[in-house]
Amino acid sequence: MMDKLIFGRYLPGDSIIYRLDPRGKFLITFYFIGIVFLANNVASYALLLAFVLFSVYLSEINIGFFIKGLRPMLFLIVFTVLLQMFFTPSTDPLWKFGVLQLSTDGMVIAGYILLRFVVIIFISTLLTLTTTPIEISDSIESILKPLRYVKFPVTQVALSLSIALRFVPLLIDETVKIMDAQRARGVDFGEGGLLKRIKSFVPILIPLFVSSFSIAYDLAIAMESRGYKDGEGRTKYRQLHWKKIDNYTVLVIALLTVCLLLVRSY
Amino acid sequence: MEIKLNNVSHSYESQNPDVGLGLDDVSLTIRDKSFTALIGKTGSGKSTLVKHINALLKPTSGTIKIGDREIDSKTNNKNLKPLRQKIGMVFQFPESQLFEETVEKDIMFGPMNFGATEEEARESAKDALKLVGIEESYLQQSPFDLSGGQMRRVAIAGVLASNPETIILDEPTAGLDPVGRIEIMDLFKKLNKQGKTIILVTHNMDDVADYAEYTYVMQNSKLVGQGTPKEIFNNKELVDSGIVSLPQSASFAKKLAEKKYVFDQLPITIDELSNMIKEQLENNG
Repeated sequence: MMDKLIFGRYLPGDSIIYRLDPRGKFLITFYFIGIVFLANNVASYALLLAFVLFSVYLSEINIGFFIKGLRPMLFLIVFTVLLQMFFTPSTDPLWKFGVLQLSTDGMVIAGYILLRFVVIIFISTLLTLTTTPIEISDSIESILKPLRYVKFPVTQVALSLSIALRFVPLLIDETVKIMDAQRARGVDFGEGGLLKRIKSFVPILIPLFVSSFSIAYDLAIAMESRGYKDGEGRTKYRQLHWKKIDNYTVLVIALLTVCLLLVRSY
Repeated sequence: MEIKLNNVSHSYESQNPDVGLGLDDVSLTIRDKSFTALIGKTGSGKSTLVKHINALLKPTSGTIKIGDREIDSKTNNKNLKPLRQKIGMVFQFPESQLFEETVEKDIMFGPMNFGATEEEARESAKDALKLVGIEESYLQQSPFDLSGGQMRRVAIAGVLASNPETIILDEPTAGLDPVGRIEIMDLFKKLNKQGKTIILVTHNMDDVADYAEYTYVMQNSKLVGQGTPKEIFNNKELVDSGIVSLPQSASFAKKLAEKKYVFDQLPITIDELSNMIKEQLENNG
């Protein structure tokens, strides 16, 4: 079940995209998702798609991974696209049935929506596939740093985030293990009516909570005994380095924005 | 109930190409009422194998015959309850599966799932708790108030309460103190004597030497050796390649053999070792 989810997973590798500064990657990804909405015609969408495909090519990851990453979102994509296709009002519909109508405009808009989905999912999958969770949490910490001046507890948030990320795979393993153990004791998951199904999750949830409590307790003790007091005044072992190549990526994305703005006005 | 694996392979469905087979063409037979040990390094496929025996995993190819039931890749997920009742499984650190308000309810959970009435379940909970050596007064306590060792016993009682014919143990003594280890292992030996089949997965070679009748050795998802514990620990190939390590008595005997002692067969338990030493001392005067 967990194996099928591509988005949010890290795939070990070594290519230009991997070596980029994670802070840059993180910000650029968000910025890119923002500028996707600037696109409004065929040329601009083609530009976006070309940029994404080029990034995927540079990452040296098989494109099949990205296509598989679309699968969990397939229902949402198809649903939205169909909605756009049949409910876009038009003066000159090709086909009409009650409120449903099919027109060239509608199909074009639906196509844009489809492309928008693909581009956004591809680029965010690219971020998570090429960046380790710990790099992501480091970048969030570094990006949030200015918020310290408004008394925002940046180090605490970053710590919670990195601990949470560290324990996600552990808790998934634990869940699978507990499910197996309860199944061996005769529980059927996903059988019977709604109420029965919900009830069958109690024997997983309670042990999971209990073990989370004990993990939290043990971890806190272990951290304290190793001299952790609070986040202030600590040095960092993992240093992020902004390199020349990162400047180039900023340049490229700026160039993309300019081109997009130019193409858009036509 | 005999368990027979015929050319069973299992590959984990995974996007990561580095993850190989879980099981590679394994054929073995676990005789009825036997005490069988399954040993091998971490990641050798032991746990994957035992999960096949109560159909938590199904083979990608090959078949498993459990009594008169046959399981292959096409076996439906429905109707597995009777099988799982017959085959109890104690997972590693089973204390993490406790969840009910009281010890009694938690132990009753298994039997109730398998269709016992409340009365029957309560009765078997009482018996199971006695079996694992915990007093009846604990029945109404919360399982989360117990000590780690007691929780382990309650969890084991929860499996025994369904009265399985075959019990699979995945490292039941991991993390227990030496006394606890012997108590728990003696319990399983006793159950074995009462006619239950025991399948033990372990890293502890002393457990294998002291308790098992027959042993299968796994390495890299393959079955690489089988025999009585004595045959396994005397198998030069397996021991020298590091696939199998020796129990304490045998490694001590090996050191003695470097001096003037002679062993045609390595002793694997303390009793055997002391007898052999005694014999040699008497003979040499």
